[in-house]
Amino acid sequence: MTTTQMIFGRLTWDAFPWHEPIVVATFVAVVLGGAAVVAALTYFRLWGYLWKEWFTSVDHKKIGIMYMVLGLIMFLRGFADAVMMRLQQALAFNGSEGYLNAHHYDQVFTAHGVIMIFFVAMPFITGLMNYIVPLQIGARDVSFPFLNNFSFWMTTGGAVLVMCSLFLGEFAQTGWLAYPPLSGIAYSPATGVDYYIWALQVAGVGTTLSGINLIATIVKMRAPGMSLMKMPVFTWTSLCANILIVASFPILTATLVLLSLDRYAGTAFFTNDFGGNPMMYVNLIWIWGHPEVYILILPLFGVFSEVTSTFSGKRLFGYTSMVYATCCIMVLSYLVWLHHFFTMGSGASVNSFFGITTMIISIPTGAKLFNWLFTMYRGKIRFELPMMWTVAFMLTFTVGGMTGVLLAVPPADFVLHNSLFLIAHFHNVIIGGVLFGLFAAINYWWPKAFGFKLNVFWGKVSFWCWQVGFWLAFAPLYILGLMGVTRRMRVFDDPSIHIWFIIAAIGAAIIAAGIGAMLVQFAVSIWKREELKDVSGDPWNGRTLEWATSSPPPEYNFAFTPVVYDTDTWADMKRNNYQRPLSGYQPIHMPSSTGAGVILAGLATLCGFALIWYIWWLAGLSFVGIVAVAIGHTFNYKRDFHIPQDVVTRTEEERTRTLAALGA
Amino acid sequence: MSSTTATMEPRAYHLPEEPHLHEGHSTNLGFWMYLMSDCLIFAILFATYAVLGGSYAGGPGPKDLFDLPLVALNTAMLLFSSITYGFAMLAMEKNRTSATQGWLFVTLLFGGAFLFIELYEFHHLILEGAGPWRSAFLSSFFTLVGTHGLHVTFGSIWLVTLMVQVAKKGLIPANKRRLMCLSMFWHFLDVIWIGVFTFVYLMGVLR
Amino acid sequence: MSHPSSPLRTRIFRWSAPILAAPLAGCNWVVMNPSGDIAVQQRDLILISTALMLLIVIPVMAMVVWFAWRYRAANKAAEQDYDPDWDHSTKLELLIWSAPLLIIICLGALTWVSTHKLDPYRPLDRIDARTAVDPRVKPLAVQVVALDWKWLFIYPDLGIATVNELAVPTNVPVRFDITASTVMNSFYIPELAGQIYAMPGMKTQLHAVANKPVGGVGFSANYSGAGFTHMRFGYKAMDKAGFDAWVAKVKADGADLDRAHYLTLAKPSEKAPVAYYSAVEPRLFDAVVNLCPRPGQRCMGELMHVNMMGGAGKESARETQGLKYDFPDSHVIDQAERNEGVQTAPDAPGATETPPDHSSHSGADAHAQHR
Repeated sequence: MTTTQMIFGRLTWDAFPWHEPIVVATFVAVVLGGAAVVAALTYFRLWGYLWKEWFTSVDHKKIGIMYMVLGLIMFLRGFADAVMMRLQQALAFNGSEGYLNAHHYDQVFTAHGVIMIFFVAMPFITGLMNYIVPLQIGARDVSFPFLNNFSFWMTTGGAVLVMCSLFLGEFAQTGWLAYPPLSGIAYSPATGVDYYIWALQVAGVGTTLSGINLIATIVKMRAPGMSLMKMPVFTWTSLCANILIVASFPILTATLVLLSLDRYAGTAFFTNDFGGNPMMYVNLIWIWGHPEVYILILPLFGVFSEVTSTFSGKRLFGYTSMVYATCCIMVLSYLVWLHHFFTMGSGASVNSFFGITTMIISIPTGAKLFNWLFTMYRGKIRFELPMMWTVAFMLTFTVGGMTGVLLAVPPADFVLHNSLFLIAHFHNVIIGGVLFGLFAAINYWWPKAFGFKLNVFWGKVSFWCWQVGFWLAFAPLYILGLMGVTRRMRVFDDPSIHIWFIIAAIGAAIIAAGIGAMLVQFAVSIWKREELKDVSGDPWNGRTLEWATSSPPPEYNFAFTPVVYDTDTWADMKRNNYQRPLSGYQPIHMPSSTGAGVILAGLATLCGFALIWYIWWLAGLSFVGIVAVAIGHTFNYKRDFHIPQDVVTRTEEERTRTLAALGA
Repeated sequence: MSSTTATMEPRAYHLPEEPHLHEGHSTNLGFWMYLMSDCLIFAILFATYAVLGGSYAGGPGPKDLFDLPLVALNTAMLLFSSITYGFAMLAMEKNRTSATQGWLFVTLLFGGAFLFIELYEFHHLILEGAGPWRSAFLSSFFTLVGTHGLHVTFGSIWLVTLMVQVAKKGLIPANKRRLMCLSMFWHFLDVIWIGVFTFVYLMGVLR
Repeated sequence: MSHPSSPLRTRIFRWSAPILAAPLAGCNWVVMNPSGDIAVQQRDLILISTALMLLIVIPVMAMVVWFAWRYRAANKAAEQDYDPDWDHSTKLELLIWSAPLLIIICLGALTWVSTHKLDPYRPLDRIDARTAVDPRVKPLAVQVVALDWKWLFIYPDLGIATVNELAVPTNVPVRFDITASTVMNSFYIPELAGQIYAMPGMKTQLHAVANKPVGGVGFSANYSGAGFTHMRFGYKAMDKAGFDAWVAKVKADGADLDRAHYLTLAKPSEKAPVAYYSAVEPRLFDAVVNLCPRPGQRCMGELMHVNMMGGAGKESARETQGLKYDFPDSHVIDQAERNEGVQTAPDAPGATETPPDHSSHSGADAHAQHR
């Protein structure tokens, strides 16, 4: 081993993709953009502000917003991957190899899946739950505010590692679940799978901890009077999603540890040699993977419930059956994992068992859909943007659900497994369910977070682009699946299917327009925030507690801890002519900000990076650093402070004045 | 159902006083959930051992390798450490700082002995050529037992940290809470070890 | 079944109809129109399940649109219906849980029966909907090995083998024994039957029958590395005479597939040309399944015997010879060989074809960089 290898591990000049013009151009753009941002932040002296008010903040609202920003940035990256794939598949016909070679294309589809699930969907839903849940249950913050900050930075650390792989070395070329033996060291010797492993491990720690945090928050910090069966439905679905997180992410962690031991320590868990068993990995990863899809969708089911009820001006139909349906889904999601590999030769009885359990999940899901339907029934539906997304969800998701049940019939799965029909199905439920739900949620809660509504025109442009784009992009994939075309193909030799890929690419372009319109919507809304301003704190005639406080809520959320009598607490308060208390404010006990989370997560990311590149000294050093900082942090006993009475009084009196002005 | 509530007397919709959520109100629950998530990691490692534990790749099996008396001694060390941790907690309840520290130190010694014996066993196996890379059985064995050992190691580091903190601040509520958490952690590792001892060692040798 | 449409989106489809109609005509919906009995039954199952689900899906989607329209805030006609506190109805709740339940009970029963009937491990009992299998006819055995990145088919009873071309006689049951050399693939011929994974060290099975003489393609349906996209083979279903002629052709100009030749063939390559072998080493497939095609490799069967015995004694710890099967860089196409244009079997007839363009292989180069 040379000295250079000792210092830099396997990181050499060749690891930089000098010879790839596209990557170099992207890299230059990123560097210039990054430099511009850094320069701007420095010029406007924003570093101190960002560090003090945001990065080290333990305020669940700020952390929630940071999660959403992370999700949005990664969404753009993940979507860029999608566009590259669509373009490649639209070009690679009639003897053309397209513009991406296997080395790149295989990284692109792997990165697309990994990013969209772990660094888009997960931050989005975690951010949403972080922001909304404490407000909905009338709490001041989460149970473990420091842990919350740390979790966020760990998730970000994982995202940073994935982004690193773009310019340093390569990402995995294995598909998003990295099945061995392909992901083993013999068949994937380069850094790709190591990036995959350590990005997910670092982010996974954050996800698990934030799951624990939110469960404890929901269990322990509900306002007086809010029994479990009086919790808002979004809080219920968040509770179930977080239970799933805590009960499934450790499985992912353990599985990836075993894979990394195979790659780093030469063990034989999932190898062909020395008695390993690759099927074990496939089982383990899906025991995590199936609950994961319900982790993604459950919180959004909650969003749809809140939105439908609010914009129909009605109580949610069948609250109790909604709660039980959510719990059923939560439990059942552990009994279906094998449906992801019916075709790996399990016996007929095993396959039927898992097929039927999968179908059974559609019963509570169907019940939920009916509940939303009957919430609309005899309502007074206002078609604001959140409600539009919700109705679009109901229509789109039903189709996705149906094709999902179809795939759960094992003999049908034998012909549809790994086909583009499958791809269409899960995009149908993930876009139609998770993404549409997120857009509904963003449009719904944006005024709460920022005090002004989002622009409706650009919101509608985005909405219709997505609707049209979605079906144009994925209906061809359903059709191609029925023509026996499978996933992850880079080049095609049958010219008759070319047209479908072109249609799909057009669909992707329209979706891109939809995303662009959404960004314009944000920009326009921020630009015209005075016109879109909402001072009432309750722009939609909401029904749950978060609408009872100002927009944006003060740091302490509620000046007085609310008392709850009914599921739709705020609707109940309004009906009973609730009067805001105007005096008697008291100092409020709050957690203090801390930089420990940023430092710990930074060290963890560095450690991951060192392990990816075999820079052993740095890995060891950063690990020791993590332990030392963690121990050092425990010596800090002073972790809270009181917001003085006069600050609370000033804040609340300000709100009294704005409300009075509104009334006048 | 609630449409009639308007006629009832006005409800108080907020607490006049700041409710006093005592510090660390969620810590026990949160830590318990962490332990359960950790338990799941061990569950996966046990499951992996159950699947791969019979895959010797033409190499030695449990009967050829395991030294039951040594493991029994090891088990005794860990069980004693749990008892002495219990004594430390009893002393803590009575606010006897030096007794608490004393028992914690004894616990640390037993924990250290456990780790020492485990490392000796691993060293011995590796010298014989039966390292974790020799077969899937040995991979899963080393990973399961080693993960437990790693937990004990971190538990010991934590124990030392807490002893320093108790020495500095005394048995204040925050420290008591921390000792409580470590207590759960330590006993949890005991439970896991009983599983390891039974399923890996006893059943491996006696089967 | 085709493209899922919803009432709200009819607009979109009306607009795109001309674009959609053109390609529909020339396309082969092979999954919907296969030529093998198993695939036909799987297609039927797709159609029946979809119809069953549409029983509930169509009313639901219609209700979504109807309720959304009927109860919109602007609709004065619905105003007297507004009932903000109506949130429960036992009858409706019963209905919304039992309606999906009933559908799922039907679908579940269908699943149980069809999964057992169409189990790929189960020998066939019918040739097609009208013809039962003649018990005297022995199924044609085909051993399938997924190599990097090509397919090897061994016909053990005929003593022949092919690369990237599979021929089967029509109306004769075929039993495929499937394995892979290094990583997971999935063996899929949409014309013939559903797919099943091809996995190293494991043997999966598929029973199927072709009913019509057709030419089609088969491929790997599970991503297996850089050469995956070209991992396709020709599939030919032929009548008896045609198949016999094909066998004769393979026998006539083929080479001998022995261990050494297999090991050369198993090296990673892309777009491997069709190759024929008139003779095959008899226990080759067993050796591949047992992960011991190389000289000196210890077979899985032998190791399993050791497992049954509870280990091979303390001393065996140091006996690690022949236990390695995953070799470093074994998934990378050899540079030197590529430059020489050596593809697979140099003496096979198909190998004389021009080696395909390799413009897409810088992936392999990148692998090499990091070593």
